[in-house]
Amino acid sequence: MAQVALRNIVKTFDKTPAVQGIDLDIADREFIVLVGPSGCGKSTTLRMIAGLEEATSGEIYIGDQLVNDVPPKDRDIAMVFQNYALYPHMTVYENMSFGLRLKKFPKSEIRDRVENAARILDITDLLQRRPRQLSGGQRQRVAMGRAIVRNPKVFLFDEPLSNLDAKLRVQMRTEIKKVHQKVTTTTVYVTHDQVEAMTLADRVVVMNGGRIEQIGSPNEVYHHPATRFVAGFIGSPAMNFLPCRLEESDDQLVVRLSDTLSFPVPPSRVARYRPRVGNELIFGLRPEDIIEGRGELAPGTAAFEVLLDVVEPMGMETMVYFIVDGVEVCGRVNPAAARNAGETMRLVADLNHMHLIDTRTDQVI
Amino acid sequence: MTVATAQLEGEARRPPRYGSMARGRRRALFWSYFFLALFVIFFLMPPVYMFITSLKSSGEISAATNPWWVFHPTLSNYTNLLTQKQFLIFYRNSAIVSVLVVSVTMVISVLAAFSLARMKFWGSATLATGVFLTYLVPDTLLFIPLFKIFAFIHDKTGIELINHWWVLIVLYPTLTVPFCTWIMIGYFASIPKELDEAALIDGAGYMQMLLRVFIPVALPGIIAATIFAFTVSWANFLYPLAFTTSADQLVLPVGIVTTLIKGDVYNWGQIMTGALLGAAPPLVIYAFLMDYYIAGLTAGATKG
Repeated sequence: MAQVALRNIVKTFDKTPAVQGIDLDIADREFIVLVGPSGCGKSTTLRMIAGLEEATSGEIYIGDQLVNDVPPKDRDIAMVFQNYALYPHMTVYENMSFGLRLKKFPKSEIRDRVENAARILDITDLLQRRPRQLSGGQRQRVAMGRAIVRNPKVFLFDEPLSNLDAKLRVQMRTEIKKVHQKVTTTTVYVTHDQVEAMTLADRVVVMNGGRIEQIGSPNEVYHHPATRFVAGFIGSPAMNFLPCRLEESDDQLVVRLSDTLSFPVPPSRVARYRPRVGNELIFGLRPEDIIEGRGELAPGTAAFEVLLDVVEPMGMETMVYFIVDGVEVCGRVNPAAARNAGETMRLVADLNHMHLIDTRTDQVI
Repeated sequence: MTVATAQLEGEARRPPRYGSMARGRRRALFWSYFFLALFVIFFLMPPVYMFITSLKSSGEISAATNPWWVFHPTLSNYTNLLTQKQFLIFYRNSAIVSVLVVSVTMVISVLAAFSLARMKFWGSATLATGVFLTYLVPDTLLFIPLFKIFAFIHDKTGIELINHWWVLIVLYPTLTVPFCTWIMIGYFASIPKELDEAALIDGAGYMQMLLRVFIPVALPGIIAATIFAFTVSWANFLYPLAFTTSADQLVLPVGIVTTLIKGDVYNWGQIMTGALLGAAPPLVIYAFLMDYYIAGLTAGATKG
């Protein structure tokens, strides 16, 4: 068990910057997910914690030890790779015990640990098989087993579910969460899948272009994104972004999206937004905050009529797409209330969840 | 119209002919077998001729009878040869040289290939190409400079390298190491990078990684390289001819030729027997390890 700390980590590959100054504190037993698009530096960061890449500058601490110059085998970490990286010539038992055998653990302890890990992962029956006789999900379990038996200070996961099909991925995601609840070890998990990030993490680290955009709990990054990138990256379907202008009339703030459409700013946000009056900004609202209009309007909401462009029934909900001033906007409505494409529909925007983004800094105001 | 229908009915009664693909395949197979048979005949002719001749007495060999048939088969060539101390010495020399050359080659080239394929260091790519380039220099070009070098060493240190069978253990690796290294660079490169990273994290050093992960996983490639090294060191003719002269220092290929041809007297029966016995070990090894050999060569071929 140990905390992990990164201090101003920089990594450049042949003058190409991959990671540009990262500061991160990971608490003991915490499950941290690094998420971002490909090339954002999340895997490189993980590999630097593992010791598979050398940091160009900055400091990496595992526990209280500065590990920049410590080789991977002495960092007391375990890693699960995307392609499992099981040793093909060894049985599952041998794969899982390899690290312990290298460290010359007594045979009986090795057996105890492997059997215990196999029980946790439900792979006791597979111990004598070879990796090529296993399915993708089973291989993934073995790879996790190999990490668990080592009882390391830190678990590192590098996109462990990317090679699995969609259904198995969801299943293994739950499995990983369960394992973490049983084996509470500090975990750093890298993924490009924001759903994985939201479901697994104690705290999510959203990365982009080699920098950290935001660190926070899944709810924080979802409901209070710090930047336009985080707002757009977390959540599916993505948040709607519309250019807007903040206006003041009759002591009330109004977000003007087009000549015909404008929304009043809810009273709770007025103080925060007032300095930006007259500015060109970006208005952001998630699809689930645009719903069908029914009955009386709740405070902070506004109704409007649109011409539906595309309608996508998903079963438990229906996505409706419409155009506002040339930009496609998505709403998430009750299937019973949805109209057909080409028809007009009355929608309600919940402005209590709106975001305004500065166009120059891309920061959420 | 009616004619066409009648024809169709006529066709329908016959069993349907499944088309040109099967016919095309048959034709391709015919020509494949034809040329394969041609190659088999072409390449088996010499060993068959050797075998037939080895069963003949000298008298029958020189007689004007059908050379492709044995009228009075005898094993005298075999008994004569196998009771000759000299021939057994050649055999022993060849065996020792081959085994040692294979060992030396494998140790050097596995280590070289591993470091060139996996431990990225300054100039490793250039070195890998350089290793292969040395293989392209033919031994006919090398033996005179080597002779000079040996003479120089003798002048400076007094160590005589010429006319000792063991000098071949130094010489053959110049032929085997580059090619074996090259095969194995390709093979090692085909092993996923995560495998050594997993081993590193599991606590393996580079040597443990090589011994416990790379060598077992790359076994087909290593066996292919072993076979190659064995074949080269068993069959090389030029270096032993140039560097060894005394009868007790000769290896099989040169020994057979120099001792069984006395002036212009060719002891054909024994030459053929010796050649056949000499060809046996590689044949046995190939027969057992053929599948590995092919797997190893093709894996190396896709990379590098």
